[in-house]
Amino acid sequence: MDFKIRRDENGNPRKAPFSIQMDLSKFNASMFEKATEEEKSQQDVMSESTTFFKDGMRKLFKNPLAVGSIIVLGLVLLIIIFAPLVVPYSYEEILSVNGVRDKGAKNLAPFEYSKMEQQYIEAGGTRFPHIFGTDEQCRDYFIRVVYGTRVSLVVGFFASIIVLVIGMIYGSISGYLGGRVDLIMMRIVDIIYSLPDMLIIILLSVVLQSVLNFKPGSFLDSLGSNMISLFIVFGLLYWVGMARLIRGQILSIKQNEYILAAKSIGAPTGRIIRRHILPNCLSVIIISTALQIPSAIFTESYLSFVGLGVQAPMPSLGSLANSARGGLQSYPYKLLFPALTICLIVLSFNLLGDGLRDAFDPKLKR
Amino acid sequence: MSTPLIDVRNLKQYFPVKTGLFKTEFLKAVDDVSFSINEGETLGLVGESGCGKTTVGRSILRLYEPTAGEVLYDGVPVTAKNIGRMRQNMQMVFQDPYSSLDPRMTVEDIIGEPLDVHKLYENRAERREKILTLMDYVGLNAEHATRYAHEFSGGQRQRIGIARALAVNPKFIVCDEPVSALDVSIQAQVINMFEDLQVKLGVAYLFIAHDLLVVHHISQRIAVMYLGKIVEMGKADDVNYTSIHPYTQSLMSAVPIPDPDYTRQRHRIVLQGDVPSPLHMPTGCPFRTRCRYACEQCAQEMPPLTDRGGGHMVACWVK
Repeated sequence: MDFKIRRDENGNPRKAPFSIQMDLSKFNASMFEKATEEEKSQQDVMSESTTFFKDGMRKLFKNPLAVGSIIVLGLVLLIIIFAPLVVPYSYEEILSVNGVRDKGAKNLAPFEYSKMEQQYIEAGGTRFPHIFGTDEQCRDYFIRVVYGTRVSLVVGFFASIIVLVIGMIYGSISGYLGGRVDLIMMRIVDIIYSLPDMLIIILLSVVLQSVLNFKPGSFLDSLGSNMISLFIVFGLLYWVGMARLIRGQILSIKQNEYILAAKSIGAPTGRIIRRHILPNCLSVIIISTALQIPSAIFTESYLSFVGLGVQAPMPSLGSLANSARGGLQSYPYKLLFPALTICLIVLSFNLLGDGLRDAFDPKLKR
Repeated sequence: MSTPLIDVRNLKQYFPVKTGLFKTEFLKAVDDVSFSINEGETLGLVGESGCGKTTVGRSILRLYEPTAGEVLYDGVPVTAKNIGRMRQNMQMVFQDPYSSLDPRMTVEDIIGEPLDVHKLYENRAERREKILTLMDYVGLNAEHATRYAHEFSGGQRQRIGIARALAVNPKFIVCDEPVSALDVSIQAQVINMFEDLQVKLGVAYLFIAHDLLVVHHISQRIAVMYLGKIVEMGKADDVNYTSIHPYTQSLMSAVPIPDPDYTRQRHRIVLQGDVPSPLHMPTGCPFRTRCRYACEQCAQEMPPLTDRGGGHMVACWVK
């Protein structure tokens, strides 16, 4: 090659980065000026150190929609916890005044008293108002809506936890092992994905009705076989979405060089999963769980609406809406209360989930 | 001659590629590569994208299970069994400073991870002290220890990666294009740091890069790879200034030189065609499809690496 070799005084080729072939004699020190202290200090300006979690929380609380939904959900939670302590009626109690059944307390409008109650109040007694009125079986409607919300939220949370646990274990095994194991596990997921979930819920609730014998009066009994089959179906069918999501997440994290770096350090597999993979898909897990809750609530409400939900007299928002359907023309507000509550909860969870995603999803960062 | 620190013998790394429903072909990423690196020496490895440079580095560290051949560290073969201990002697610096650091870990934990894995400290105070020493080596301030990787610039991140590699006090570091992702001004800083560390700690480097000037600057010897094979290897100046293999010559003629007078008068060798697919390698010499000197012998047999004087090895029939 016709490269010109520059040599130093000893005759060795001179080595200086990026100037091997450059004629350095063209330049001298006077052509450059030294960086001032101020210029140097500009090089090491750094923002305040924040952890990933703190940073995400800060972003979340900057999002007005997310903050609004947190407030709404907080209020709903307060109401369903404390309202039963304040309101003196129970969800299955047929109203009575001084031990006498109040037959006139049927289908009362909000804050309306029946004739018996009015007489009682005129006689000097105090009566807690029927905030949402009463239903056609003379039960306080407000407390029924509160209990319905309780059931819906409990179902939502537990169903999402079931989905999360099964989906996370299945997805992380499939994603981390990869190869043939992944192939087989994902084909199973595909098969489960193609099963009609509604059909299975109906079938299961029919079968479970005869198989399961709960102690009368126990919590499981009051939930009813429909609800149990709903949980089972969530456990059997709905985890596949979560499993796919987590598998995909782990597959993409596995590609990162820091996993390879950990391997080259000699870190064992357990440490890599624990220290590197799981913390990095945590945000996705949190977000998708937050979005799973409203979908579970929605499914439960829908099933209750078509009559496959909780067992009467235990109310749920869906079954309340269903029974309100009968007197829709005379008492439209009865549909309004449970329907509005469902909307409020589902909307809040969705907005909160969106806010969490915006705050924590690393793909949207920077 | 004493035993070299790293001795790579006939290393082959094939990857299975599904080309049909039942057909599996092998991608020959690294095909029969041999070289050695002495203690405290830097071997530069150059070649275009996809020629197997990175694979060589990773196979040495057994991040891939080599198909054939062996790697000797100080005369001891590196096997799947002893690789755990070997990783205290051999480490790696990665190409992309953005993806090679876990975004959920502080600098202290990133640099401390090798110490944790190999249990190289007695107590927390010693761990902290070791980490601070390492940070000082690579020019990071102690106050950076509690920060997260995403708060740093590319050059600083690469320094963190280097500190992590140095944590176990290795004798040999594979530098996988450690400066390719950095700005030129930062490149110079990092390269100078590599050199300083070599003087201070006596580590040997396998310096993988595609920037010929950088490689020439830092390496004592250079190996040029083309399609998984080493085509030329020798002292840095020999390979750079008196290259023999036609591929190396064309590479050298493509080096940008910031001197317009020189650029105007020099002659560029432009290669015709594309790199052949490593799945369907040409017979004989892999370079013959683009070589202007190609003859019949080139199509029949791969030329062996022969010494052309002073350890300057070239694999070419013609030149």
